[in-house]
Amino acid sequence: MNGPGRHVRAYLSLLAALYASVLLAGPIAPYDPNEQNRNAPFAPPTRLHFVDADGGFHLRPFVYRVVGRPGRFDEYDEDRRERYPLRVWTRGAPYRIAGIVAADRHLVGVAEPAKLFLFGSDQYGRDLFSRLLFGGQISLVAGVLAAGLALGLAIILGGLAGFYGGWADEAVMRIAELFLALPWLYLLFAVRAILPLHIGAGRAFLLLVAVIGIVGWARPARLIRGMVLSAKHREHVLAARAFGATDLYLLRRHVLPQTAGVVFTQLALVVPQYILAEVTLSFFGLGVSEPLPSWGNMLAAVQRYDVLTSYWWMFLPGIALSPVFLLYYALANAFHQQTARPS
Amino acid sequence: MRYFSRRLAHGLFVLAGVSVLSFVLMALAPGDFLNEMKLDPRMPPETVAALRDRYGLDRPLPLKYLHWLQSVRHGELGYSFAYNSPVAALLWPRARNTLFLTVPATTIAWLMAVPIGAWSASQRGRWGDRVCAAVTTALLVVPELLLALALLLFAVRTGYFPIGGMTSVRFAELGNFEKFRDLVVHLVLPASALILLMLPVLVRHVRASLIDVLATPFIQAARARGVPQRRLLFRDALRAAANPLLSLLGLSIAGLLSMSLVVEALMSWPGLGPLLLEAIAARDLHVVIGAVMCSTLLLLAGNLLADALLYMTDPRIRTDQG
Repeated sequence: MNGPGRHVRAYLSLLAALYASVLLAGPIAPYDPNEQNRNAPFAPPTRLHFVDADGGFHLRPFVYRVVGRPGRFDEYDEDRRERYPLRVWTRGAPYRIAGIVAADRHLVGVAEPAKLFLFGSDQYGRDLFSRLLFGGQISLVAGVLAAGLALGLAIILGGLAGFYGGWADEAVMRIAELFLALPWLYLLFAVRAILPLHIGAGRAFLLLVAVIGIVGWARPARLIRGMVLSAKHREHVLAARAFGATDLYLLRRHVLPQTAGVVFTQLALVVPQYILAEVTLSFFGLGVSEPLPSWGNMLAAVQRYDVLTSYWWMFLPGIALSPVFLLYYALANAFHQQTARPS
Repeated sequence: MRYFSRRLAHGLFVLAGVSVLSFVLMALAPGDFLNEMKLDPRMPPETVAALRDRYGLDRPLPLKYLHWLQSVRHGELGYSFAYNSPVAALLWPRARNTLFLTVPATTIAWLMAVPIGAWSASQRGRWGDRVCAAVTTALLVVPELLLALALLLFAVRTGYFPIGGMTSVRFAELGNFEKFRDLVVHLVLPASALILLMLPVLVRHVRASLIDVLATPFIQAARARGVPQRRLLFRDALRAAANPLLSLLGLSIAGLLSMSLVVEALMSWPGLGPLLLEAIAARDLHVVIGAVMCSTLLLLAGNLLADALLYMTDPRIRTDQG
């Protein structure tokens, strides 16, 4: 395999690992994402220790129990009298994998009453690391589903417009033009405006995916139409038509496969944009709502000035987006180089 | 001139299309502002019915649209129930504020992007170019929300800049010059957010277009004749690259308005973005339509401006489509 192909596979496997860890949030996260600890709001990330108070070294890392200073809201001290060693594959809060398999084993944990807040805790004392993983199930997956929907619509509409031409082409492209004439976020918010304001979290997730997907079809549809337009006049397509192939067969077998390169590149480009769309909508309270975690509604806590200035770990849901975006951009680049090379 | 009348007609067609599209979408919306009013026990049902009748809320969609068109003709663009005022009166100051933020930000971003991109293109493959590519990639993957929040944090921590808003509390008491200074001080933070968001895309595009131009024979010939590098880059190459650059100016406005929506909302800059968010929360659908139309108008105006600049700088356009 050539250079770009190797890159594509490397980025794809990194993304696969990321999505697997998010989908397996149940066993990986130490706690239930909605478990509150009202006596530990905004606890800083728990420190892992190797050396105890007497200077003794321990191979197995341990934590101390963290207790709030009396009378203070968010100041904590370590209680160094007792060590709580890190436990692997420990029992904890029950969860279900994919809604079916019930289990209660967690990758890491510590014995109560100590807490393992790897990324600190939020305003209700919920473990931010666990919420980040479960929030990824919403934010990262919504982007992929919406991109699938948008590209699916784009293939159908762009393919038909390019293949049949005439009034169908004219109609589809004029409507696409209207969608493209609107600034994307204004369009997204306007479409969101027609849906009820307060909806259940599960339905909100599906509606968001639908809204983002429907808003995003126009640009890829234009690209695919262009590809189909040039592909349908290639000689092997004309030959197949002369042999009596049906339109459907031609589209499926000869025309649409030629757009695969563009479709994959577009997919890698729009997924981060759609992830950001979900995060933005949820951030402004128009998307997935509490208590279900999404990176958007988690980041919304930072709008409070005290949170903004005092608790840096509350930025993590936003910071986590950057490496995800970087992976997708690298993937889009690699796809682009791979498809550009043979020609 | 024919070129322009055609672009203008196209713009009007798009505006009309967007208004129909938004009306069809709004027709799907469950409930409106008066529905919530009906829940208010202090509101007599007859009053609500009278209001519904007055604003034509129960009419079929085409009639509603005609009703709205009529109010457009009166320069009202529909009626806001939440603000109790014609929509246009709400929109224009907000649109002006959005322009007041985006126009300087775009100007500065381009003034920065062109030299950086040109320099990067001239250093192609060397360490300067690599550093430039790394920095733009890093900026590219920072989401708008995070960047705006980080700048807010910076403002709070240092106290150099006001955190959000467009004017100080005692704005009305200030003299003309001080008013201007107050606005500029408030502008720094949201404008730098927009500039940082625009820069990576612009720099990359400038670099790519200039690399294409630098490879053409006429530049090679000029270089062989000993034209100095700086003059080559900024006089000859830049002019030849005007077409792709100005096309990008037109295209980038859509992205700019979207970024501006987020930045305005976070930094409480009273532009179109916060108005749209408030209108959605209040189910004030005419304002939603108005804000969407207004953003489309800004976008089209920006595209027209880019076309005009292109027409002036690139003689090929004049001969092709004149």
